Amino acid sequence: MSDQKKTPRNNDDAAEPGGALKQAESRLQYALRDLAQSSWMITVLSIVVALVVGALLILATNPQVQATLGYFFARPADFFATSFEVIRDAYSALFRGAVYDWQAATPQRAIRPITETLVNAVPLILAGLGIAIGFRSGMLNIGGQGQIILGATCAAFIGYAFALPLGLHLLLALMGGVLGGAIWGGIAGVLKAKTGANEVIVTIMLNNIALYFLAWLLRQQWFVQTGSNQPIATPVEDSARLFGLLGTGFRLHAGIFIAIAATVFVWWLLERSTLGFEMRAIGENPEAARTAGVNVPKATALVLIIGGALCGLGGAAHLLGTEYRLAAGIAGTLGFDAITVALLGRSRPLGTFLAGLLFGGLRAGGVLMQAQTGTPIDIVLVLQSVIVLLIAAPPLVRAIFFLPSTERKKKPRRRQKPVQEAVR
Amino acid sequence: MSEQPTAPDTAAVQAEPLEQAEARLQPIRWKFPITYAVLGLLSLLVFTLLIPAGAATQFRVSTASDFITFDAINVPSFGTALSLSILQLALAGWAVYAAVHRIRLGVWHPVLFGTLFVLAFLVYAGAGRGAFIPMVTLLSGALMLSVPLIFGAMCGLVGERSGIINIAIEGQLLAGAFLAAVAASFFTSAYVGLLAAPFAGAAVGGLLVWFAVKYHVNQIIVGVVLNVLVIGLTSFFYSTVLTQNAELWNARQQLPRLSVPGLSQIPIIGPVLFNHTILVYLMYVIVAALSILVFRSRWGLRMRAVGEHPKAADTVGINVARTRVINTVLAGAIAGLGGAYFTVGQGLAFGQEMSAGQGFIALAAMILGRWNPKGALFAALLFGFSTSLGQTLSTIGTPVPSEMLLMLPYVITIFAVAGFVGRVRPPAAEGIPYIK
Repeated sequence: MSDQKKTPRNNDDAAEPGGALKQAESRLQYALRDLAQSSWMITVLSIVVALVVGALLILATNPQVQATLGYFFARPADFFATSFEVIRDAYSALFRGAVYDWQAATPQRAIRPITETLVNAVPLILAGLGIAIGFRSGMLNIGGQGQIILGATCAAFIGYAFALPLGLHLLLALMGGVLGGAIWGGIAGVLKAKTGANEVIVTIMLNNIALYFLAWLLRQQWFVQTGSNQPIATPVEDSARLFGLLGTGFRLHAGIFIAIAATVFVWWLLERSTLGFEMRAIGENPEAARTAGVNVPKATALVLIIGGALCGLGGAAHLLGTEYRLAAGIAGTLGFDAITVALLGRSRPLGTFLAGLLFGGLRAGGVLMQAQTGTPIDIVLVLQSVIVLLIAAPPLVRAIFFLPSTERKKKPRRRQKPVQEAVR
Repeated sequence: MSEQPTAPDTAAVQAEPLEQAEARLQPIRWKFPITYAVLGLLSLLVFTLLIPAGAATQFRVSTASDFITFDAINVPSFGTALSLSILQLALAGWAVYAAVHRIRLGVWHPVLFGTLFVLAFLVYAGAGRGAFIPMVTLLSGALMLSVPLIFGAMCGLVGERSGIINIAIEGQLLAGAFLAAVAASFFTSAYVGLLAAPFAGAAVGGLLVWFAVKYHVNQIIVGVVLNVLVIGLTSFFYSTVLTQNAELWNARQQLPRLSVPGLSQIPIIGPVLFNHTILVYLMYVIVAALSILVFRSRWGLRMRAVGEHPKAADTVGINVARTRVINTVLAGAIAGLGGAYFTVGQGLAFGQEMSAGQGFIALAAMILGRWNPKGALFAALLFGFSTSLGQTLSTIGTPVPSEMLLMLPYVITIFAVAGFVGRVRPPAAEGIPYIK
């Protein structure tokens, strides 16, 4: 076991002639450069490559551009001018939809996009944090989707089935979401702790079970309480909704504070608490953790319970703050987006927060881009996945930009490791 | 074998490898007998006793277009369900006897038990409803629904046996479906689509293995992200090119149904197995070929060696990276071919995310089949059957919610990986990058 873990390092060093020597010489310089450059640099460059890929896709499918290609050899300038315009329009719409709309009629409308970004980011950040905890502890929780569904389901039911005083109702609904996610994550966690069942498989299966479970619930009248056959539940009571922060015309709700609080909590949990230390320890090396007296099964189960709870909270915040009504597609692609958020954030709380903002922004901007330029919002999925793929393979990014490969060692070691471990 | 009391001592003294020791120390396994007994009792108490008195169940074992047609079979529900339940309990009793005497039961035992259980359930579900239970439709539907699952499971199997975890089966199926539809529509020939589909799957497999082998990126992560990428790409092209000019790029094409002369005229079996498109026959060929080649050929041996112990394989001169690349690309091609089922196989145009999670069920089927072609085949058929049962029963009205039946594959898989159905052991080097 430990053999296999070491092999990549030694070999990585040996792969480059003189790499080991250089590393020994200037460790400090190395660390500095790594901090200043690679991690951030790779992220930025990955985003650039993704945008280029997106631009190519937009060009390839744009009818105007195709038209100019028809007489490309007669007037090549036309092609380039049209291409430039098309891409400028698309990406400026993406930016205006995500950050600040300078073309908007009123100041309110102009700043609305950034609030939309935050709205989209709330569930992404919360669920991303849940997944990130798993990654840091060496567990691949693919079950964000199911945990979000369960969280949203529990929160919704508490939100409309009971009449409770303001404040308490919201709190209970949120707690219900936490509990729902925690149970769903806990199934995978306890099974892994007790029987060693691979959490990847169990969480994928639980995703689908959650989907059918929700579909079944939505057909039960005691659950939906609408009196109609539509597979959609009653809207949650006002007392259980996350209150809006900016008045009418804005969807921004108090969930953003929950997301910030959760980010701080996860930072505290992972970096400052004993439990977090144990969780990271089992991610780094379960054998060593066991030897050091960590109760590995307990920590394993807790990782997935806490991760599930965060995902459930994300689902609850999404429902109580944005959707209000539970429907079969409540989770959308949130669960899988959360995985990409956690990966882009390199499983660090702050990183996950920022990654959530970025992907939330892409989503918000994608809506405007689709409305104004007709570029389907699906391109956001492409951007997202290309960014994450590239971030996972720093050597590839360096190769694309002809960067020196001397910094290569750091990456697979420090950043990827917990995730690599998870496979075993 | 039978001297159980002494076994622990020997094991301790000789310090045998853990697995061997386990095998010998194994106490009586009550798991299966208890499961059988519980299911048998369920069949007796629920399926039999809840049947209204005097009800009858009607089975239809042929369709009007068959070569030989039969009249519908009409059975008294109560008596049939009772006898089926008693047979199940007898099998459960035998399982108890076998467990006590530590006799290993063959595969036929669970298969027979399962068949009886399902039949009892069908008798119960159809009791007194006045509707026929269409056995041929049920079974051929099960086979059709299993097609993408079986292709996907074979893809996962070839990849994982060579040490590459393939979560991207879903993406490969979807890519195959997309390219099959586009190529078939462009050349107005379903067969061209069938030829093109494997290339799309292979491309996704190639990306997966490129990131996994060259950059040592975690394979599960690449797989998950590739699924998102394929969904994004296909949906993007669907919303742009495919909808702008649907007649050229996304017109429906269907593979013709070819019935095998002679074989397709056998009652029940013929229409169920031998009256399909070429895709289904290709599936038979691939499953048969893999179940021989994986265990009996040089290619299979190398593949398994690379997946179990790449260092040993490398030592005897097998190129680990190349083996993994070739096998994963090949696996992707298999899944891509399976993806063609969604479009040209069914005669449908491409639609967004039309693979709808089938890739994940295929993954489950492979795990439940323990990385073995035959096992994966049966698991995929089981999953297809539970879906087909759900569909059939929802048309004739059923006491069991169809969602529960649709959930069944996933629940069974969780039980399987939690160690209930014996030990599920993946290839040892799966997911671990091999770096010389």
